[in-house]
This record gives sequence, structure tokens and C-alpha cells, in this order.
Amino acid sequence: MAEPMRIRATMQGDVADIKVLMNHPMETGLRKDAKTGQLVPAHYITDVTATLNGATVLEAGMGGGVSRNPYLGFKVKGAKAGDKVTVNWNDNKGDKNSAEATVG
Amino acid sequence: MNSLRRNVLKGAAGAGTVAVAVAAGLLKPGQAFAVSPRTAFDARSMADAMSAMGIPSPTDSKDITIKAPDIAENGAVVPVEITSGIAGTTAIAILAEKNNTPLVADFGFKGGAEGFVSTRIKMGATSLVRAVVTAGGKTYVAAKEVKVTIGGCGG
Repeated sequence: MAEPMRIRATMQGDVADIKVLMNHPMETGLRKDAKTGQLVPAHYITDVTATLNGATVLEAGMGGGVSRNPYLGFKVKGAKAGDKVTVNWNDNKGDKNSAEATVG
Repeated sequence: MNSLRRNVLKGAAGAGTVAVAVAAGLLKPGQAFAVSPRTAFDARSMADAMSAMGIPSPTDSKDITIKAPDIAENGAVVPVEITSGIAGTTAIAILAEKNNTPLVADFGFKGGAEGFVSTRIKMGATSLVRAVVTAGGKTYVAAKEVKVTIGGCGG
């Protein structure tokens, strides 16, 4: 099952700078296992949603071209310290994960 | 003999058009806040990915900044940061031209989110990284070449 996700949200002026680190192998399905020579099955995050105090601010779609343990940084204007940031992801195997952080 | 060859060519061209039309049909035009259909992520060429996204010919723009290394030693992890200076940016898509599946990721913004995104992508070979920005129903594009010394798409 998915390992924890890390979120750091800091205010820079009136803009919240949000950084998310997800734990995921992000297999494209095109890579061959070095030992067996078999293709490693695709296993990657397909979509990520971020909300600020429950309102969606970012919706992302991903393919296998995103690096292993995806990093995502984005900025939200008009946020305040104490606001709640929630990030959810789903992958192509039906796995999902969610994490919450407070803007500081 | 010749007529058979004609028919085969026609058949092939016909099938291609249908595939593109189906892919394009999945995207509702004018959707301001949306992520590309999965078919765009599976597309094997830049042109197919762009048409599946419903943006066959975006306008070049100097207001899009792509921050990425000139030379990436490891293609498995190439940091890319895109800032759109275009007012009313609602979406940013990142494409790596020579990857097996060029569309890497796309991002839709809403409710105060700025036209900025930072992430790390895989690149199979030296190629252009394109940023496609949607703002006010129009699409814009910018590109930056990243040289890759060790490809990061395995195989």
C-alpha cells in the first residue's frame, strides 16, 4: 500500500507556496526488468487533486513520464496561514492516497 | 494490382482519421478546467498527443518561462518549472517531444491557483520540452531543449 505523502505549505507574501512529495514507483510499463527481461507492468499515478479549505485549486493528470516519487509544486494566491491543504491521488491500479497539511 | 494498393492506402488513412476523431471527441471544447483525456497520455507522438488534447496548433508565446537544465545528466529525474505570465491561465501541460508517450503531465488551475507548476519528469532522449498553456480559451506554447546524457525511460 501507498506510503505517506509529504506536504509543505508556506506563505510567501499573499501567495501560498505548496510543495508535495508523493511516494510512488511511477512505472511506465515500457521498462524491462534487468534480471528477467520481462516488461515491468505499468504502475503510475494518473490524477492528483489539491484543495484549499475544501475548494479545488489544482487538478493534475499524469502519465508514466513523471519521475519516480513525484514532486509537485504550485502556488495559490489569497491563501492565509492556517488554511488546510489536502492532496489526493489515484493510480492506474486503483490505489489512492490522501494527505493534509496546514499553511504556515 | 495498383487498385489494390490504392485501397489499402485509403483504408489505412481512413482508420487513422477515425482514431484521431474519437480521441478529439472525448475532450469537450471550451472546458476551462479540465485534465486531458487518458488517450492523450497514451499517444505515441507529439502530434497525436496534441490532437487528443484538442489543441492541434497553439500559438508561440514568449510569456511562458520554462526552467529546466540545459544538460540533464540523468534523464530519469529532470526538474522542470513552468511559469505562465499570461493572464487568466487555467491549464499547463508538459510534453517531452521524444518520449515514448510525449504527454508527461497536465495541470488545471482554479480558485486562486497561479499559472505555475514545478515537477520532475523522465526524458528518454535529448529533445524539446514543451509547455502548453491554456488561457481564456486560447492555447499558447513555448519550448526549451534539454540535453540528456543517460535516458530515463528504461528499456
